[in-house]
Amino acid sequence: MARIERPVSPHAGIYSWQITNTLSILHRLTGILLTAGLLVLVCWLTALASGPEVYAGVHAFYAGTWFKIPLALWAFCLFYHLSNGIRHLCWDLGFGFGHAQIRASGWGVVFVALAATGAYVLGVIL
Amino acid sequence: MSKVLGLGTAKSGVEHWWAQRLTAVALAPLGLWLALALARFETLSYAAVVEWMRAPVTAVLLLATVITVVYHSYLGIQVVVEDYVHAKGAKLLALVLSAFAHALLLLAALYSVLRVAFGAAL
Repeated sequence: MARIERPVSPHAGIYSWQITNTLSILHRLTGILLTAGLLVLVCWLTALASGPEVYAGVHAFYAGTWFKIPLALWAFCLFYHLSNGIRHLCWDLGFGFGHAQIRASGWGVVFVALAATGAYVLGVIL
Repeated sequence: MSKVLGLGTAKSGVEHWWAQRLTAVALAPLGLWLALALARFETLSYAAVVEWMRAPVTAVLLLATVITVVYHSYLGIQVVVEDYVHAKGAKLLALVLSAFAHALLLLAALYSVLRVAFGAAL
């Protein structure tokens, strides 16, 4: 039987972007970027275990000016993934499923993540 | 019969879901601890970091963080690969590479923290 061409859901081309699905994909994106950050963290730990000379080279690279950009990005990924992860855990426990609650908690997560990132970048990274 | 044998659906989905949540709950305090602990250094000099890592509390918390975060990352990457990589060969390759990479990350991190904590790297 020939396949009938019906519109499929979610029909990506006409899908309306909302706070909810934007934050959902951002959770995955920040998770992937944090895995890249984990690689950098483990390189740092390995350099530390390799002794002062190796560590000095790696530290000079990580402490460089341009590296502040990925560090700031990872700070945002960490604080966003952390706060949105807590939002997910609340859902797992059955809390916060109302439409208004889901949007409010989403904006709350955005606010917390941006505020924490701003504080960390200004206070630590810069 | 297939119902009894558990052949019908995802089979082991519950364990994956539970492990992802369990590591998430552990990582909320552990991740925050690591970010704040590193923030307290004036500069991350070799001597200062080694001294910090030799404290038993630091070493144990760091080992816990590393084990939990590697496991959580492995589970997360697995879900992303399964959801977005559709070609069978590419999917299998990505899952195998992710498993090996995460195993190496875990071994490198554990070995490094223990070596510094036990004081062999001076």
